[in-house]
Amino acid sequence: MSDAPLLRMEGISKAFGGAMALDRVDLSLQRGEVHALVGENGAGKSTLMKILTGAYHRDAGVVQLEGSEVDFDTPADAQGAGVCAVHQEIHLLSHRTVAENIYIGREPTRYGFIDWGRMNAQAAELLRGLGLDIDPEATVESLNTARQQMVAIARGVSLGARVLVLDEPTSSLSPREVSILYELVARLKANGTAIVYISHRFDELYAICDRVTVLRDGKLVATRAMAGLERLDLVCLMLGKSREALRDGVTGFGDHRDAGEAVADRPAVLRTEHVASGAKLHDVSFEVRPGEIVGLAGLLGSGRTETARAIFGADVRNGGTVFVHGESVNPRTPDDAIRMGVGFVSEDRKAEGIIPELSIRENLTLAALPTLTKFGVVSRVKQREIVERYMTRLGIKASSADQRIRELSGGNQQKVLLARWLCTDPKLLILDEPTRGIDIGAKGEIQRLVNELAKLGMGVLMISSEIEELTEGSTRVVVLRDGCSVAELTGAEISPQAIIRAMASDSPAASAVNATSPVS
Amino acid sequence: MTTGMLPALRGHFTSSRAVSLLQRGGAVVALVIACIAGSMRYYAFATPENLLNVLRQNSMLGLVALGMTFVILTGGIDLSVGALLAVSGVIAAMLSKHGSLLALAGGIGAATALGVVNGLLITRARIQPFIVTLAMMIAARGAALAVTSEQSIPASPQASALTWLGRGQLGPVPVPVVLFFLAYAVAWVTLRYTRFGRYVYAVGDSEEAARLMGLPADRLVLATYALSGALAGLAGVVLAGRLGAGQPVAGTGWELDAIAAVVVGGTLLTGGQGGAGATIIGVLLLGVIFNLFNLEGTISPWWQWVLRGTFLMGVVIIQGRLQRRARSH
Amino acid sequence: MAQSLGLDPSVPPARPARQWKPRAGISAYAALGALLVLVIGNALFTPNFATSSNLWNVLLQVSTVVLTAVGMTLVIATGGIDLSVGSVMAVAGAVAAVLLPRGVMVAVLAALVVATLMGIVNGSLIAGMRVQPIVVTLATLIAGRGLAQVISHEGELVTISDPAFDVLGRGHLGPVPVQVLIALVAVGIAIFLLRATPFGRYVLASGGNAPAARLAGVPVRRTVITVYAMSAFLAGVAGLVVASRLGASDAAKIGLNMELDAIAAVVVGGTALSGGRATIAGSVVGALIMQVIATSFNMLLVPYAWSLALKALIILVAVYLQRPRRV
Repeated sequence: MSDAPLLRMEGISKAFGGAMALDRVDLSLQRGEVHALVGENGAGKSTLMKILTGAYHRDAGVVQLEGSEVDFDTPADAQGAGVCAVHQEIHLLSHRTVAENIYIGREPTRYGFIDWGRMNAQAAELLRGLGLDIDPEATVESLNTARQQMVAIARGVSLGARVLVLDEPTSSLSPREVSILYELVARLKANGTAIVYISHRFDELYAICDRVTVLRDGKLVATRAMAGLERLDLVCLMLGKSREALRDGVTGFGDHRDAGEAVADRPAVLRTEHVASGAKLHDVSFEVRPGEIVGLAGLLGSGRTETARAIFGADVRNGGTVFVHGESVNPRTPDDAIRMGVGFVSEDRKAEGIIPELSIRENLTLAALPTLTKFGVVSRVKQREIVERYMTRLGIKASSADQRIRELSGGNQQKVLLARWLCTDPKLLILDEPTRGIDIGAKGEIQRLVNELAKLGMGVLMISSEIEELTEGSTRVVVLRDGCSVAELTGAEISPQAIIRAMASDSPAASAVNATSPVS
Repeated sequence: MTTGMLPALRGHFTSSRAVSLLQRGGAVVALVIACIAGSMRYYAFATPENLLNVLRQNSMLGLVALGMTFVILTGGIDLSVGALLAVSGVIAAMLSKHGSLLALAGGIGAATALGVVNGLLITRARIQPFIVTLAMMIAARGAALAVTSEQSIPASPQASALTWLGRGQLGPVPVPVVLFFLAYAVAWVTLRYTRFGRYVYAVGDSEEAARLMGLPADRLVLATYALSGALAGLAGVVLAGRLGAGQPVAGTGWELDAIAAVVVGGTLLTGGQGGAGATIIGVLLLGVIFNLFNLEGTISPWWQWVLRGTFLMGVVIIQGRLQRRARSH
Repeated sequence: MAQSLGLDPSVPPARPARQWKPRAGISAYAALGALLVLVIGNALFTPNFATSSNLWNVLLQVSTVVLTAVGMTLVIATGGIDLSVGSVMAVAGAVAAVLLPRGVMVAVLAALVVATLMGIVNGSLIAGMRVQPIVVTLATLIAGRGLAQVISHEGELVTISDPAFDVLGRGHLGPVPVQVLIALVAVGIAIFLLRATPFGRYVLASGGNAPAARLAGVPVRRTVITVYAMSAFLAGVAGLVVASRLGASDAAKIGLNMELDAIAAVVVGGTALSGGRATIAGSVVGALIMQVIATSFNMLLVPYAWSLALKALIILVAVYLQRPRRV
């Protein structure tokens, strides 16, 4: 193994519209190295990887593979040169067999016809070589997600990948499946493959990564060896704060934790008992009182969004009870939940939030239409009144209420969606990642608004992956793991460390919290 | 988390192979039942004459449905096949006085070229297949009517090969029937054993994944529309040979029958699943059912239309149910 | 709560100057411009085009297309398509013709009920069973045409002679043919529904982003079913008009290929096939464009067939100009 890096990216820049997504970022990979790439959402991780794998073109910078400069036009080009990515959404042909997926484009043929026997045999050998017990003749859709991921990796290996990008590979894997993945990564590493490992799970980073590169706001923060780097320091690097600053307010919430005591005696606006839904949600119990912001924490795949959807009637609940204002309710559709005074802002603004072709006015008043209607006609006057009031109050920047919502920035879209619920006058507001993908300014505004709503007596359930949003915004934090509520932190117990500990695993500390938590 | 959820859902999507077996199996079982019932009830059914007759009557639709199968496997649709068939027949008839070769080449060539136009508009101009082929259907039908002044064009007796294609026999078997089976055999091998065939499935499965895997998705889609045009053209010249004339109204509504046959056979309109084997079963099943209606004699052609529509609806509903059940497991 | 939020309604918010923005974008105006050019060009160059009898004739001819195009606009706005309108027309005509001996009211009501039921079947299968609209309505197209034949005594031409029924297709109110009035009423109601009622917004929201609409409390399923029912109802009305115009129910001819004309009108008028947008006025303009072309070609003795080819070209160009751009 030589000291020259296998892959070197230098001074990579990329702008979308006017915004710099990447600003002179460097990354180098050694042979046989597992290199973690971390950063908050929007830090530029996926943009950097898309440039590496030929999905995007860089505006500036150099990419060198084994010392010679490369420039990939398409993902296929990159694959040809041995740079492969396994995305979070696995790009495989679900109706085709494992063997076909591995060898498509390079099928062994005889007299111009595909030699299925040889293809299946080769695939079987390859999979065995990687220590995987997967039938090459099974269709991909018949495999669980973990195995699909293995197939995608096996395809990369068969393409002769020297650089493999794994993007959130464990986000939907069970612990057992994760260990299979670890083994596979170890094997590839031993063969000299360089692996870029993107993950939010600290345990994993420390378990298998050699070095880590931290990005923040499109800029390179640091590249360090994992060994000797304390978790808290890594968090500080990601958030761009000193250890001391981690305790101080960085969000728009102010410190809100003390508010918990003031509302402790109010009757809960929402109570869930042993809620289960779909394949991912098993046993979630907690309550939200008026005037409270309850943070819902957990790793990706822990069931946070599923909890929200089950309460809101968007998914069918198959167990447990939900009480709204002390009454057992069973909303079958969001419509039912809305009538009970519940609002829900989805994490996926584009797919589940905005109606892109409609105006701000129509988007804002969509959920409140029944209350604006008299004799079957929507009152334009009332509609305009509400829209103008909320546009002014929330500072929604737009040319007019008639502007199509898709033309707005993410922050302004999010404000419209918040207003959509505020004008239904909800008792309980469920916010799923309310500030994801929003610029800093709008982020603070939204956080301040949420805080204000709670002070006025609304119950807020806030899902967030940003630890500081949870620590500073929540009066209480409920932690989910593998579809179960495993801990509840109140007041002074709420700290980044405590939340991470409870989210991460069955460490003794987390179990201790679990034991003392009031799971009603 | 939504993005994390989708692959997870796919992970639970386990029994698609069983589903496709059931779908295809369902059509096969229905075909067997129809045949058994037919031979028990009607003496005339299980005779070589009747069966060959069923095959001959459905052979041209079968060719059209085969082209449609390729298109639908990529996730597209071709509404222009009936009109292309008419264009091909009319051109073949008009060119027939210059000999069979020119007639065949002209007819099939014109239909193929129009298929290529479909494909180009879909892949280059990025217009939905439904609209492109709908416009082609209107335009091609209009052209066929215009050049013929809405009259049937008799084929020249000199074009003996053209006539033979439509009316000839190989031993006891009509030539169109031979063509029909030959085409399906070639298509089956192509879909199963050639890269082109596999890539057709890949594009229909997930165009994005296919592109990321480096497959030339646009060229593949273009090729399927060209193929669909070519097969419609072939059906057109066979029909012209059989009728001894090129008719500008020939093939009206065939696009619907072809889609029905493809869907009934078990090829999914969403693309990526099904194949030539499925479609041949679909064509034969529909053919046998309508033959039975005719033998019964009391079911008017109008009721047959009603039953045809209801049948198509029923099949699609069952398909949808099976798929969703498979997904929810 | 709203008050305490600083959202006190008594405090008038700064009201931005109310500006009227075109909802349908440029394409509707492009279509309107095209129509004007066509009409003026024809008035100048086509003999006898600009006579009042001919212009009334254009309106008369276009009224049934407008009726179906209005329904089609709503269907397409939800992201669907309805291929069955022509067959539904034939069914309605046949039902009415057969039941006329029992009175006009019975005949008309029964025809419209049957038509609407066909639409409800379409909508339920699409919204409830999640079968693709193109397949469902294709099946109704096939079955409906057969059904029409069966109803009209196994494909006979059922002649109609009922003075009250004749009004639909041949009556006039002053100079205005009744069928033109019917089409106008339908257009007016549809515009009202889209602009003024929750239903109209639900249609656009369901077509624009169904999952988001559902999470905002929009009854997506009910909306989709209603839209197909409306499309079929309007097709039923069109079928009655045609039957009355012909003085007979011709199950083989009534509404044949009407789905194409309706889709063409919608698309040319500027409603995108991807759903989420709708312009009824645009569809009317689209229908008029197609009709003016057909009429003028007819008057100029251009073969019907070539007007078909031109129709196809116009559809393609219209869709190409409105195709979704990649962001």
